[in-house]
Amino acid sequence: MGRKLLLEKAHVEGIRTYEVYRREGGYRSVEKALKSMSPDAIVEEVKKSGLRGRGGAGFPTGMKWSFLAKPEGVPRYLVCNADESEPGTFKDRYLMEFIPHLLIEGMIVSSFALGSNRSYIYIRGEYAWITDILEQAIEEAKANGWLGKNILGSGYDLELYVQRGAGAYICGEETALIESLEGKRGNPRIKPPFPAIKGLWDCPTVVNNVETIAAVVPIVNDGGEEYAKIGAGKSTGTKLISACGNINKPGVYEIDMTISVEEFIYSDEYCGGIANGKRLKACIPGGSSVPILPANLLLKTAKGETRYMNYESLSDGGFATGSMMGSGGFIVLDEDQCVVKNTYTLARFYRHESCGQCSPCREGTGWMEKILLNIEQGRGKMSDIDLLWDIQRKIEGNTICPLGDAAAWPVAAAIRHFRDEFEWHVNNPDECTKRNYGLAHYADPIYVPA
Amino acid sequence: MSEQLLKVTIDNITVEVPAGTTILQAARKIGGDVAPPAMCYYSKLQGSGGKCRTCLVEVSKGSEKDPRPMPKLVASCRTTIMDGMEVKNITSDRVLDARKGVVEFLLINHPLDCPVCDQAGECHLQDLSYEHGAAGTRYEFQRRTFKKHDLGDYIQLHMTRCILCYRCVFTADQLTKTREHGVLDRGDHAEIATFIEKNLQNDFIGNVIDVCPVGALTDKTFRFKNRVWFTKPVDAHRDCDTCCGEVQLWMRGHEVFRVTARKDEWGEVKESTKGGTGWICNTCRFEKKQVSDWEIEGPTKVNRHSVISQGHYVGLQKPEETMPKVMDGRSPKLLMDIHSVSEVNKPNIELSKLDRPAHSTDFNQ
Repeated sequence: MGRKLLLEKAHVEGIRTYEVYRREGGYRSVEKALKSMSPDAIVEEVKKSGLRGRGGAGFPTGMKWSFLAKPEGVPRYLVCNADESEPGTFKDRYLMEFIPHLLIEGMIVSSFALGSNRSYIYIRGEYAWITDILEQAIEEAKANGWLGKNILGSGYDLELYVQRGAGAYICGEETALIESLEGKRGNPRIKPPFPAIKGLWDCPTVVNNVETIAAVVPIVNDGGEEYAKIGAGKSTGTKLISACGNINKPGVYEIDMTISVEEFIYSDEYCGGIANGKRLKACIPGGSSVPILPANLLLKTAKGETRYMNYESLSDGGFATGSMMGSGGFIVLDEDQCVVKNTYTLARFYRHESCGQCSPCREGTGWMEKILLNIEQGRGKMSDIDLLWDIQRKIEGNTICPLGDAAAWPVAAAIRHFRDEFEWHVNNPDECTKRNYGLAHYADPIYVPA
Repeated sequence: MSEQLLKVTIDNITVEVPAGTTILQAARKIGGDVAPPAMCYYSKLQGSGGKCRTCLVEVSKGSEKDPRPMPKLVASCRTTIMDGMEVKNITSDRVLDARKGVVEFLLINHPLDCPVCDQAGECHLQDLSYEHGAAGTRYEFQRRTFKKHDLGDYIQLHMTRCILCYRCVFTADQLTKTREHGVLDRGDHAEIATFIEKNLQNDFIGNVIDVCPVGALTDKTFRFKNRVWFTKPVDAHRDCDTCCGEVQLWMRGHEVFRVTARKDEWGEVKESTKGGTGWICNTCRFEKKQVSDWEIEGPTKVNRHSVISQGHYVGLQKPEETMPKVMDGRSPKLLMDIHSVSEVNKPNIELSKLDRPAHSTDFNQ
């Protein structure tokens, strides 16, 4: 059993209310930070902890915080990115829904560390009921003196606001989020300048994921070094994984990044194996935009080593034979799933969510979707597969924001690892609409549950 | 203290530019093929650029201090240069490949209705696809269409031709007091539109026609009247209270077909000769279509490679005249000179002696 830091108290009765949360040791980190620590000391602790951004890119949080420009007389902002829209990712929702005060506590400590007097939680529009939960939690925190003017007599003021988005995936990109928060159209900005220099209302801004901010609480409570002891290598601490797909126990799991992928899928403590006694075909280990991996490459790396659930091990082998930790949306596909259809579904999502600002993404995502639909419905040509490859290659890296990459990677990986399945669709136009290609050589040779 | 100049090498040509210059501006200083094409960037509009991705270049050396190359291609219109930066534009296969991809993306949903498009002949997308595009298309699907929007009596919107460069949005934001149009929707169904069918009405809104790189926004008063290469651009000015009054008249014979602002070699509106911006007002653009409204300065110099310059006779290489040879040295004579029997426009000279088409000045001698 791995150690839990964030979800340890998630199942205590009434943890959503302030009284229970406080009784269970909540808001200790605020007391500690505001009474005995300087803002720089907190940043230093976060640096020591080796905490990496939990939103997908995995950028070291301490480093991001230290990049924040601090000109005189200009306000600084902390924005919490709760626009969790990646298909397959629902970890932040769980955290905010069950222990909202953990996020509020993390926001107070992080805002204090960064010197922000007005901080925002930008939440996706679809999480309407969570907005109410957070706002109630903010009310409770305010009534008990954790927010507002002169918190705990330290002279530090903080107001916390919840802002609902209008349901656009692109607003999870930090600069688009800032635009949207300013009340504009959610188009990503062209970087540089980065938000750390010019962000919200042209002031220095830090945008962090919900889980990242929540993780600051145990770091301040126990110290950065203690936090760094958990996990493996540069993947320190615990990570929330939202597992879904064809598994016996879908849900949000907190793992300490030392367990192997095999253990995560098959052990009863986590996913509990593939549902209905089927076999594992493929997996998208970090949310819809990361490359899909066939079973044999998922459980073992190309070098034959065991693959672990952490940043380094999942990306071992680059995009040729590896994937990414991403945002922790662990999507498992069993032998009955069609990779072409799955890729088409993802392409349709990215076509719909492209903001339309830059040409490769605006035009390319729609083109890929149409070709994939043709192949999926048995109207494809062999040359379409190469065309798809060429289109994704011309989108990737040539766009303003990472949405272009996110749209290109799943297509690239599907063709790279499952090309014969695409070819089978082209060669068997009638059959492919009625049945699935099946497993071929992707089934795991290592572990077949009885 | 004099401003320090920074060195930047683009395609092995080094220039010195002041700090804060973008790669694109530095490349335009060199000129020629080194300047990357730009569909959305417009130096006169703040915040423009970075969207079309045609100006992507490779930075092979970041700067003198930090010589690491940049991993991705960068948009040259929005990347400022550092001292000692080395940039590859047409010398990089990666750039040319990406640019070809961008042109293809821009064209897959473009209607390619150039034969009936008023912009044809001065269209940036035509130039771009001529230089960087492929001869055929790999796109086999129906092109996207839009519901038609009426923008009033002056401006015609063809949304199918739009490449969403946002130039017109910036123009409306920065030149006019009231913002009436913008981009609605997102992704490949994003469109330029007014919110709930409104006319575009204010003094300077006509400039969106000049900034549009394609035929999405065209002049309704010029619509289907003529092809741009049949009309001759002439510099002219008038006293105008609202704008600088310096324009180009697009004439055929004595008829003024169209009035636009003066443009430089990059297709951008020139600075006024009086200083200040060269944007023109709606009155000058749409109402003043008589030669008598204007004081004509002379023909506009047009790049001789442009299709527009084909209407010019200056410096034309004429084919060798074979008639005298055939006729044993005798010059041909007109069978009947209409002016010899007409009382109107009776010229004092023999028109067949002219080595060029007759001009109005010939008749007044």
